[in-house]
Amino acid sequence: MNTEDESISMFSGIAGIARRDLLLAWKRPGDVLNPLFFFAMVAALFPLAVGPSPEQLKLSGPAVLWVAALLSMLLSLNSLFLSDYEDGSLDQMLVSPIPLSALALGKTLAHWLTSGLPLVVVSPVVAITFQMPFSVTGYLMLTLLLGTISLSLLGSVGAALTVGLHRGTALLSLLILPLAMPILIFGARTVSLVASGDGVAGGLYFLAAYAVLTLSFAPFATAAALRISNE
Amino acid sequence: MTAQLSADALTLFRGERCLFQGLSFALNPGELLLLEGRNGTGKTSLMRAIAGLIEFEDGDIHWQGKPVRTNRQSFYGSLVWMQHRVGFKADLTLVENLRFETHLRAQSGQDFEEVLKRLDIDRLKRLPMRSLSAGQQRRVALARMLLSSVPLWLMDEPFTNLDREGRALVMNLTTEHLDRGGMCIMAAHQDVEIGGNVQKIVLQ
Repeated sequence: MNTEDESISMFSGIAGIARRDLLLAWKRPGDVLNPLFFFAMVAALFPLAVGPSPEQLKLSGPAVLWVAALLSMLLSLNSLFLSDYEDGSLDQMLVSPIPLSALALGKTLAHWLTSGLPLVVVSPVVAITFQMPFSVTGYLMLTLLLGTISLSLLGSVGAALTVGLHRGTALLSLLILPLAMPILIFGARTVSLVASGDGVAGGLYFLAAYAVLTLSFAPFATAAALRISNE
Repeated sequence: MTAQLSADALTLFRGERCLFQGLSFALNPGELLLLEGRNGTGKTSLMRAIAGLIEFEDGDIHWQGKPVRTNRQSFYGSLVWMQHRVGFKADLTLVENLRFETHLRAQSGQDFEEVLKRLDIDRLKRLPMRSLSAGQQRRVALARMLLSSVPLWLMDEPFTNLDREGRALVMNLTTEHLDRGGMCIMAAHQDVEIGGNVQKIVLQ
């Protein structure tokens, strides 16, 4: 088998597993809608609790939206590898000639498409409740786009490490949150800076760099973690 | 000439317990290795360890003369594994599940419809896996083996949940695979009536 064949089968492996997971998500829409609903609920209830003062809402909007997005991503991460572990598909993936890191990347891609991307899409609607101006909403979407990519990738490592444990949710959060802090800080702060009319290039560059960094190591770390968890 | 698949002096521990020590075997094209032993003697553990999911305490497995430990990917390109949990998605249909398999390993190019017909599951194509009986799901796992083009079959308790015809089918399919020059490692309780070159390992 020459290297060209291998790369073709690797990409077909990534596409194949992403396609399968999207199909599964389509057949079980609840798994996708629950975290999204959580995000919308937090963001819709917060203004009711804080009160109708527009200044206060404008000030807290970016922070609340970002925290809600982060928690909603965590909510969906727990089940990333769980069903594969339970029904034996994970074993089948482990003994496939496709590199496990490629399959992990495919699964993470499907996870982002079903959890991160919907957040980005609904965020402008939810941002209305915080009186966010239209010009700022674009930046909110952009930071969420970059941030959720990193969160999906980081989360896949945590989900792989905790897949063999029962009730690993708390541990998963503990593992992921320290690494996710920079995303939250730069994401929320960048949107706040746009709102107050300051420069934002630095924050966006950081988020983009973080996404590239996680993309370069997370699939390999996930693959190694899956092998350990599945012993 | 070295054997296709060889193992020397394998030792495997699970927890504190030593399952076996100094286990060796060699498998050549057309040969069947039968693992026997009572429940809990380590048949499945040995199978998982051959597949590389558990580390041996000691000893090495060689595939085509190269240690599997360092050539995992090429070894995985040569095997298909039927285990107790069949590894299909309950929400996807039979066809969707098998189509995903085509992304995982090389395909034999056998006619899809004919394979399903032979395994008597062609009527179930559009049903989600969750509505299939346990025996029917095992038959789909057999379809995965037939559709992939690999020399080494690992079968862990292939007769579980199958009816009399199903068990005969497994034996026929394995015999055909061996006749084609394939290899098979099978863990089984039942008497296996497969002609040809059969080695036995009894785990205590």
